[in-house]
Amino acid sequence: MAASAGERGERAGSRGSRLADRIAAARTEDRAALIAYLPVGYPTVEESIAAMVAAVEGGADIVEIGVPYSDPGMDGPVIQEAVDAAVRAGVGIRDVLRAVAAVAGAGAVPVVMSYWNPIERYGVERFAADLAAAGGAGAITPDLIPDEAADWIAAAEGHDLDRVFLVAPSSTDARLRSTTAACRGFVYAASTMGVTGTRATVGDAAEELVRRTREAAPGLPVCVGLGVSNGDQAAEVASFADGVIVGSAYVRELIEGRGADGVRALSQDLAKGVRP
Amino acid sequence: MTTTSPTTQPGERVLPARPDWPDATGHFGIFGGRFVPEALIAALDELTEAYEAMRVDPAFLAEFDRLQRDYTGRPSPVTEVPRFAEHAGGARILLKREDLNHTGSHKINNVLGQALLTKRIGKQRVIAETGAGQHGVATATAAALMGLSCTVYMGEEDTRRQALNVARMRLLGAEVIPVTTGSRTLKDAINEAFRDWVTNVETTNYVFGTVAGPHPFPAMVRDFQRVIGDEAREQVLEREGRLPDAVLACVGGGSNAIGIFTAFVPDDGVRLVGLEAGGDGVDTGRHAATITGGTPGVLHGARSYLLQDDNGQTTESHSISAGLDYPGVGPEHSYLHDIGRAEYRPVTDAEAMEAFALLCRTEGIIPAIESAHALAGALVLGRELGPDALLLVNLSGRGDKDVETASRWFGLGDREEVDPGPGLDTDQQPTDGAVTQGDAVAGPAAGDEL
Repeated sequence: MAASAGERGERAGSRGSRLADRIAAARTEDRAALIAYLPVGYPTVEESIAAMVAAVEGGADIVEIGVPYSDPGMDGPVIQEAVDAAVRAGVGIRDVLRAVAAVAGAGAVPVVMSYWNPIERYGVERFAADLAAAGGAGAITPDLIPDEAADWIAAAEGHDLDRVFLVAPSSTDARLRSTTAACRGFVYAASTMGVTGTRATVGDAAEELVRRTREAAPGLPVCVGLGVSNGDQAAEVASFADGVIVGSAYVRELIEGRGADGVRALSQDLAKGVRP
Repeated sequence: MTTTSPTTQPGERVLPARPDWPDATGHFGIFGGRFVPEALIAALDELTEAYEAMRVDPAFLAEFDRLQRDYTGRPSPVTEVPRFAEHAGGARILLKREDLNHTGSHKINNVLGQALLTKRIGKQRVIAETGAGQHGVATATAAALMGLSCTVYMGEEDTRRQALNVARMRLLGAEVIPVTTGSRTLKDAINEAFRDWVTNVETTNYVFGTVAGPHPFPAMVRDFQRVIGDEAREQVLEREGRLPDAVLACVGGGSNAIGIFTAFVPDDGVRLVGLEAGGDGVDTGRHAATITGGTPGVLHGARSYLLQDDNGQTTESHSISAGLDYPGVGPEHSYLHDIGRAEYRPVTDAEAMEAFALLCRTEGIIPAIESAHALAGALVLGRELGPDALLLVNLSGRGDKDVETASRWFGLGDREEVDPGPGLDTDQQPTDGAVTQGDAVAGPAAGDEL
């Protein structure tokens, strides 16, 4: 399987990374890390923060804190429905920073997930400074490829933040190398060609992508997202990846009215799943 | 402003010089680029590579030229409109007649090129976004011609008010999918088309309708549309022995404008004027004048001017013209604006509709409401430049399908005889009982930008 946590710590791309450290800590317990995605502002800012805290209480190691965006091109209908409501309510980076602080306080590692324009509009340097000050570990940028990310990488360096870029089954080996070289913390492996959403199966593409990604970047943690919604699927992904990212299934708990309790219960189910 | 000299091909075709921009990774200065999920990069690279090979391939160029001539009906003529120009301070006005193309607008120029490219890369399915429906109709047309399966995404709101174009697309064999996410308009149709593409990229090519989106779309669509200006520049030189003083075109996403501007970019004495949809007026906030009233940001895969709020959320645009009703604009326009090579001015709904009526009544040409924005700009610029100025206006589409919107605007009832006539009161407002500007339902315009 993957390199040991010790070897991982040696890798320049992960030195000083809180995300990599937390994933390595999970590995010492012989399990994958559980990464929960929830968008800020759905159903309200307060309730979304409470749901994030509940996800941590249920066993999430890392919370991906979603910045609502009007044009979420990589998201499926479940997440869109939630973020549309948050966009209409005027939720912005200031609210996101509150969620970051709350997640850090609850004991998980907070990482922001944002399409690029809200960050660019807020100001790249200002965002990095404020995120670091709020206790955030870094950011995942689904529509920002490293080729366009010089400003963000410089700002993240300046504030000792992680930056997580995505790889996909269609990525060439050359792109796997260049993209992982720009990552710090972990690399997000999009398991299928498609958008976010729960699926019956995660598919073989994910395992093959993880294998190719490890080959391109030995030592960089590889976390898998898109399509994981229950403990069984989490177990499947945990057997070959360093972290399991779950989004739509969490959001569905809120959309279907089960609130923080539903989120906590889902985390518990998934947390059992990530242990082999 | 261009450096590359024309490249002679093995055939007789001489490719016109390309502008110096974009760079190899699709940047027009700070604008353009690729802001898309990694999953699409391989497809965009494949498209770029195939297109760069195809654009200099004599066999492709021969086929493309044949379709342009025999199917589209190119070259489109240039028509002088002296009775219309009487209202433009004595300036002379020439129209480039893209409204006479098959399917009724400039959109077919781009779609034929991208459909040929689709076949070349071995894909059997195309998808497209559409606002008013004209790019969707053009894509459905090219798909039928070339035996490709076709899916068109269209905001639910637009499918309702553009029922005629939905029917046209379905008659041509395309599947039309109403989009119910977000604001249910063009921008959401683009989001949905990208979602389809990222999921089905192995079998599917995205035929993008304008000079926006990630690289290579802005440069590729420009190359397919530049035939408008290449033809017009020669036609004007031949008939007038000189270049026009200004070239005018409406700008939504900006493909017809880039199409007519490109040939004139190196001609420093020729003003390039883009007319944006000013809606109720830029100061009212209800408009689609992206460069005039927007700020730089990232939308739909590229950095460009866009209409956004303080949180970086795209805001809704407003225009009587469905084809210009888009909160973004192609990155090359943002660049031409910032380097001062082109100027962008807003035209309100009322100004556009006045020009629309004037062209109908003075010249017997019903323009698309989109194109009427360029006509309105010409009336103003003509008065500024004075007698003997020579203006070239891109009449990007015909207005047959705008008749309902126009009839409501002017209060033309079924039996009622209302004469808006030439020499319209410039302050004319919709009459009682008509749909007011703010409520105006945009018709299924033929010259739509997207």
